[in-house]
Amino acid sequence: MPQTSIQTSTATPAGPDTPVTDAVVEPTAFLDRDLHEGDYGSDSVRAVLINRPRDALYAYWRDFRNLPTFMETLNEVRVSDTRQSTWIVEGPGGGDVELTSEITEDRAGEYIAWRAAEGSDIDHEGWIGFRDNAFGRGTEVRLFISYDPPAGVVGKVVAKVLQREPRIQARRELRRFKQLMETGEVSTSRAPDAAPRGPRHL
Amino acid sequence: MRALTWHGKHNVQVDTVPDPQIINPRDAIIRITATAICGSDLHLYDSYIPGMSNGDILGHEFMGVVEEVGRGNTSLRKGDRVVVPFVIACGQCFFCEKSMPAACDNSNPADKADATEIAYGQSVAGLFGYSHLTGGYAGGQAEYARVPYSDYGPIKIPEGVEDERVLFLSDIFPTGWMAAENCQIEPGDTVAVWGCGPVGLFAIKSALLQGAGRVIAIDHHPNRLALARANGAEILDYHEVKVREALLEMTAGLGPDSCIDAVGMEAHGFSPDNVVDAIKTTTRIGTDRTHVLRETIMAVRKGGTVSVPGVYGGMADKWPVGAFMEKGLTLKTGQTHVQRYLPRLLEMILEGRIDTTDLISHRLPLERAADGYKNFKENQNEWTKVVLLPGLT
Ligand SMILES: [Zn+2]
Ligand SMILES: [Zn+2]
Repeated sequence: MPQTSIQTSTATPAGPDTPVTDAVVEPTAFLDRDLHEGDYGSDSVRAVLINRPRDALYAYWRDFRNLPTFMETLNEVRVSDTRQSTWIVEGPGGGDVELTSEITEDRAGEYIAWRAAEGSDIDHEGWIGFRDNAFGRGTEVRLFISYDPPAGVVGKVVAKVLQREPRIQARRELRRFKQLMETGEVSTSRAPDAAPRGPRHL
Repeated sequence: MRALTWHGKHNVQVDTVPDPQIINPRDAIIRITATAICGSDLHLYDSYIPGMSNGDILGHEFMGVVEEVGRGNTSLRKGDRVVVPFVIACGQCFFCEKSMPAACDNSNPADKADATEIAYGQSVAGLFGYSHLTGGYAGGQAEYARVPYSDYGPIKIPEGVEDERVLFLSDIFPTGWMAAENCQIEPGDTVAVWGCGPVGLFAIKSALLQGAGRVIAIDHHPNRLALARANGAEILDYHEVKVREALLEMTAGLGPDSCIDAVGMEAHGFSPDNVVDAIKTTTRIGTDRTHVLRETIMAVRKGGTVSVPGVYGGMADKWPVGAFMEKGLTLKTGQTHVQRYLPRLLEMILEGRIDTTDLISHRLPLERAADGYKNFKENQNEWTKVVLLPGLT
């Protein structure tokens, strides 16, 4: 990630309970457009604090085969080599959509970036960043997703499997990732938790 | 199994539905032995809370016997008797570690959590049987319930202690206790409690146990006021007196040190689809429903505390912010951090320091739950608290 001139103060009242840390408080993507402007039409960045060590979170995500454990719409991830992988999303009628990704940057414990490779059904890019919270509250995880929503029938399928838009997708996937990392499971209330459900009353 | 299900406004019925199953490793399935209808269930019954689906199982105050546990659950075993907190919490997030389980970051499933994030700025914890905004979890007015994160919330009950003595650990006892604790009562303080329903009664009991010198209870149902008096409160019938003036007179012009709003308003004013519109349209309705909150702020002494266990859902107009600031008040609110209080409150029950059963007016078989709802709503004076018993015929 590029360094910028925006400074965020690390000043904090030093009390006996103040956690001591060497972590750098850097500007986030929200304060610096350069950090999250995507190449594609639709994009989103989202941050979440996870109460687990940075290295463990990085390691789990870096093995892309783990992604379907918390990304509901992913059926399978096939890892071709250290850089390339294919993410298989099931569409209605059994027609799979495949996102083929290539890792463009990988810094252990810190940052993974990827973008669409040759042959991907959808043009996309994304990155995930991990950093220690400067005040001892675990790991700050930021996910960036950007893609061109395709038109036509494929577009509809993609919109559905990608949960309509990157903002919602980033929010939900980070929530499930956090649930899995902190509690060992992904929270659910799905049937047969309750009676079969009719239409929602709002 | 049989379960009380929601089918729209004033329409609940006991249906046969699929049994719950273990889904996640930390789940447990509880066979329910006793469950209660809570005052806040009436918000669902009256259809004020959006995000309900036809067929949802209601009920968030329940206890029972562990029937089955997931492979990741090492603290419970089949046959344990447990009371289940109405708040679902993971025990491992930032908030749970700070002993604020009602703020749990993880228990509301990711898709459902979106709706509360839009409505409240942050998502809120999952609750049993309380709409899809708080997770869409099936409730406990049923023969069985799936309890997520069951190694953190439920508290084991020793053999030989009757269900009725411990059932309210699930909700209204800790809720009343936290309402009083939020007042930071000092010995000799005067605490005024609006609403002598089940939560108000537990707030009265708790305030006295926490050292209040006097408790003044406000309601208009004679039976509820009699219960408040029997629990050591002085009483005010708001049909007979002007509440603020009566409180000023009783406290020689000072005002109560703390005021507890155990009434709330009908929880409404948000919707997952169209939150802003919903809030705009309900703002006007909200205005005349914050009556109690306004009255507590006007009545409490300078530098005092207003504690709100009553349910509020949306936005309110006519908030007396001037009185709030000029008098230097503290406002404490929130869903109950049930898990935080359970060991201490169970001990108080076992030591006989509190009677938790005097508010129960009716015990019904689960099959008659719909009757229970109707009467609890329409005959509040006589139907002070309803306990449903799946085992009773
Ligand atoms: Zn309740
Ligand atoms: Zn939690």
